[in-house]
This record gives sequence, structure tokens and C-alpha cells, in this order.
Amino acid sequence: MKSPVRLERRLEQPRWLNWAIPVISLLGALVVGAVVLLATGKNPLDVYWRILDRGFLSQRAITGTLRTATPLAFTGMCAAAAFRLGVINIGGEGQLYVGAVGAALVGLWIGGSAPVGITIIVMVLAGMLFGAMYASIVGILRSQFNTNEIITSLMMNYIAGIILNYLIFNSRSYWRDPRSIGFPSGKPLEKRTHWPTYEIFGTSVSFGFLLAVAAAIVLWVIYKRSRLGFEIGIIADSPRAARYVGIRTKWTIVAVTAMSGALAGIGGASQVGDFAHYLDAKGLQLNNFGYTGIVVAALARLNPLGAIVVAVLLGGLTNAGYSLQGPDFPSGLVGTLQGLILFTAVAGEILTKYRLRSNRNTAKAVAA
Amino acid sequence: MNSNLFIVIAASAIFYGTPLFFAALGGVFTERSGVLNLGVEGMMLIGGVTAAWSSLHVGGSAWFTVLVALCVAMLAGSILASLHAFLCVTLKANQTVAGLSITIFAGAVGLSSYFANIWKVAEDPVTRQVRKLDVLGLADTPILGPLFFNHTILTYLSWAMCAVASWYLFRTKIGLQLRAVGESPQTADAMGINVVKYRYIHTMLGGALAGLGGAFYSLAIVPTWVDGMTKGAGWIAIALVIFGFWRPGLTLLGAYLFGALQSLGTVLKSRSFDIPGDVLDALPFVMTIVVLVLVSTRFAHKRIGAPAALGVPYEREER
Repeated sequence: MKSPVRLERRLEQPRWLNWAIPVISLLGALVVGAVVLLATGKNPLDVYWRILDRGFLSQRAITGTLRTATPLAFTGMCAAAAFRLGVINIGGEGQLYVGAVGAALVGLWIGGSAPVGITIIVMVLAGMLFGAMYASIVGILRSQFNTNEIITSLMMNYIAGIILNYLIFNSRSYWRDPRSIGFPSGKPLEKRTHWPTYEIFGTSVSFGFLLAVAAAIVLWVIYKRSRLGFEIGIIADSPRAARYVGIRTKWTIVAVTAMSGALAGIGGASQVGDFAHYLDAKGLQLNNFGYTGIVVAALARLNPLGAIVVAVLLGGLTNAGYSLQGPDFPSGLVGTLQGLILFTAVAGEILTKYRLRSNRNTAKAVAA
Repeated sequence: MNSNLFIVIAASAIFYGTPLFFAALGGVFTERSGVLNLGVEGMMLIGGVTAAWSSLHVGGSAWFTVLVALCVAMLAGSILASLHAFLCVTLKANQTVAGLSITIFAGAVGLSSYFANIWKVAEDPVTRQVRKLDVLGLADTPILGPLFFNHTILTYLSWAMCAVASWYLFRTKIGLQLRAVGESPQTADAMGINVVKYRYIHTMLGGALAGLGGAFYSLAIVPTWVDGMTKGAGWIAIALVIFGFWRPGLTLLGAYLFGALQSLGTVLKSRSFDIPGDVLDALPFVMTIVVLVLVSTRFAHKRIGAPAALGVPYEREER
């Protein structure tokens, strides 16, 4: 028995695939998601409509969506930056936590005295530095000892979560509010350290989101115009060729992993500066921003500008999930849909390499 | 004698190591066929939630219910694994990201949590559990009792499986062909071995074992459903495949080592040792990194045991 379709290798990749694949993947995920919903006794159209409504169709929904999109944009760029080099850094989750720790440290330390502008800039830099240092452990192990970075970066996510718990719940650290005895929580930052928000077309946009857009543009320029971007492309295609032409592959791996961690670190800093205004050990771990970032990166096909767009899409989905959560809309549904989106995005990549051809036509052609 | 600290840790190492071994043994089969499965964590959780549901809702004697629950968990794990195989083998997708998609799809905040919510699994403790046995009435024997005669049926099953798996991989023709598929699918294909079939079957076998490992969490260790209850065990299992050099026996030893690390917190806390709990919680994760570095440095060049075609999709046209 022959399958009705077969795969034929593509000789070249048409440009329209760049946007067609994510669109097809999203639609595919919605279809498969509908099957899951139907099988569990839910009405898919109803669920999808409510996600659309609560995620995108009102001023309030958009504000909430951009808020959720901010960390996702950073973790998405974090994953994309490393994946581009072939380094599978799935430690965005932990790097985001550690970035938040760094930003909160600086905010608590100089927040009361230093000028506001300087405080905010130093908070961003501290988030970057902490995230970069945490990620560079993974990069160094990979480049020096050829240690599998997938597992090390993942283990470090769990370790970062334990560090957060230790700082807030199980010690009397600098980050913990000494007044909180029964319910330990983070020490609140001075009001003047809160990052600004801007009104753009009636929607409030956080400083962190604008930073994400700026970072995406910088990354795009790096990839298109800089020597580092060029070398990243060569190493990803063929590490051996890169070594032969004298590219310092080991150094590049460490640098790119650190850069990737720095991006997630800004995401963590923005959680502190934009939204929570203290080190929120529980809230940070509740949202799985790092793992969702992998979905963002894959659907954006590792393009930083695409990551912003996809982050807003998935931010809307996540945001709708928060506001709909209840017996009608069980938790886990959003994660399931996100997983399906990643699943179809991975499957959709097949279209870059192959085209689908019907076997019937060729059979006819042979018969004729 | 039996409350000797060393004996207690060794016995609980076996208890906590059992699900790790099941998942890791599944990984050995999957990776021996040349497929990298990073979806283990998701498969374990799906196994855990379906087993908990079955244990709560399937009627009959306790033994029958538990047996059904274990079978359901294995089935659920292998269905998920068949999706992974479809992506990796049929669509020749990137195996790393495919595995991640399975874990995100089914994982702690995904389908397993969704199922738990709509089936209301977490509300009741699982009463029909996998319990520790008193084999031949020898459970109270000094030293040997807790080590060998006081485990769950699944632990004994895992010992049998370890032996069978070694025999299967290294002493049977199918095992030889499986290894050929993982080392050089081109050669295997030329020998007339159906590469696609071998990869599908062993990926699904791996998923079934991961599901069984997950069921051990919800039916024996906790034993109630908690979202994300495996807490990274699936990832440690993936690392164990590497530590075990893709061999069942060594994997069993590695699983018990990490079982000991996982149980250390519980054991030491119950004896009021003054060690911060967070340090103990972090220990398995830190040790995974340390051991992984050791293994990758010393053996990086020789690459003992790693199937040569691991993670590489097989394309017939390419030569």
C-alpha cells in the first residue's frame, strides 16, 4: 500500500515560507487543539472565541497581553539567540530568575539614593550581568568539556528555582522583607525605582516592552550586519568549517550563551522593575516564561523581530488564560495549546526542506 | 540494625531510583535506535496522571485496579511517544525541539495538569497504591530485609527488566539489529532492516517505560496526583542514559545513585540532621551537572556507547 502523498526535496527555499510556516503551524495547532477540546467535552469555538476576546479585543486585554508578552519576548530572544548557533539553551527560565535577583539587589541597594534614571539603567545592567553569568556556566561547560548543554541548562533552571526559594522563604536574606514573618515575601522596592509606563494609542506600554523591541532591533542588526552575526551563521552551518577558517568557535559559544542569558536576565529585571517591584519568588516560578520562550523562538523561526510579534500572540493566549481560569477553563489548557503550537511549528519546518506531492498524479504520469 | 542510616538510605535509594530506572531504561531503548527523546518528563507526567485516574475510577480488586492503572500509564506514555516518533522519524524534524514540544505539551502546566483538572484527580488521595511487599516474610531480616525483601512489585519487575534488556540488546538478533539501526541506519537499511519500524517501536517502548516510571510517582512515592510531581526526574533520566553508557546494568546503578540523592533530604530531615533543605533539594541537579561534565571530559573522544546516529534523522536518498 502506498501513501497518497510523498515528500519531495526542495531545491531552494522560497521567501514566502518565512511567514507561511508560522501561520500554517498556528492553524494546525488550533485544529489539533480543537480535537483535544472536543475529546474532553469542550466546545473549541467557544474556547477560542473567549481566548481571542480576553486576549486581544479590548483596551484592557491588550494592556494585559503586552504585560505578559514582555518576559516572553525576552525569553524568546534568549532561546532564539542560542538556538541560532546550535546551542540549545533551554535555561531561559533560570536565567530570568537570576536576572530578577540581580535587578532586585540593585534596586534595593541604590534605589533610595541614586538618581532615578541611573537606578533603572543599573537595574537593567544588573539583570543582564546576572543572567549572562548564570548562562555562561552552561556555555563554558559546553565549549570546554563538550558537556550536553540541554541537560545542564535545564538542571540550572531547577537550581535557580531553589535559590529563589532560599532567598525569600528559607533565609533572612537581603531580598526578604524582614517585616514579613508568617508569609515571607520580598522586600518592596522604593516607589521611585518603578520603571515608567508610556501611553501609546491609549494602551499603556511598559518600559520593559520597549526595551524588548530595542533589543530585537539590535539583535537583528548583529545578525545581518556584524562579524559576530556572520560567524554565528557559519558555526551553525558547519562547526568544522568555522574552525578551519579561523573562527574562535569556543569563544563564540561562550559569548553567545552569555548574550542569550543576558536577554532572559533583562526579562527578569523587567519583572521586578515593571510589575512586581519586589523579588517575587513564587510569581516568577508560576508562569513558565522560560519554557514558553522556546515556543516563541521556534514559531518566530529564530528571528528576533519575529519573536516580538509571536510573544504578543502567545502573551495574549497566556493572558486570556489568567483571566479565564476557572472550572470552565481549567489550568493546563494554555500550556497544552502552547505545546501544540511548538509541536506544529517543529512539524512545519519540514516544509522548508520538502514539498508535499500527491502520489496519484505521478502514478498517472507513469501510466500515461 | 534496620534503622542503620546507611541501610535506610540504600533502601530508599532503591525506592526512589526505581522510576528513574524505568524512564532511563526507556531512554536506552529509544536512543539505541538513534532517536533522542527529550519528552521523557512529559511522558512520565502523562503516565502519572492517567495512572492516578485509573486507580481512582477502575473497579475490581486492588491488585486488578493497580495493574490496569499501570497498563494505562504505559499506553498513555507510548501514545505520546508515537507522536514524537512521527515528528522525528516520519517528518524527520529536529529531534531536540520535537522532544521539548512533547514535554511542554504534556508537562507540568500542560496536558497532564489539564487532565488532572477536568478529571478532578488531585482531590482524592490514591488509595489503591503500589505498596511495598513482605517477600517470603523476610522483610524484617537484618540488613538484607530492607535491601532485598521489602520493595514494591515494580522494583522487582525493574530488576527482571534490567536483565532482560541486557540480554535483548546484546544477546539477541533483534537487539543486534536495533544497535545497527542506531549506529548506522544506512548499513542497517542495506541489510534489509526496517529502520522506520525499529525506531517507532523502540521510541514507543521508551514512552511506555517513561509512563510506568510516572505511575510509580503517583501510585507509590507521593501517592496523590500533584501537578508537575516528577520535578525534573525525566530530565535526570535522560542524563542517566549517558551516565549508564547506554547499558541497562550501569543505568540501574546510576538510577540508585540519584535515587539516594533524591531521598537524602527526606531521610536526613526525619532524623533531624541540621542540613538546610534547599541544599539537599539542589543536590540531584548539581550532581547531574557534575557527573555529566566528568563523563563528557574523560570519554568525549572515545564516546563510549553513544549510538553514532543518535539524533540524526535517517533519509534514504542521502548517501
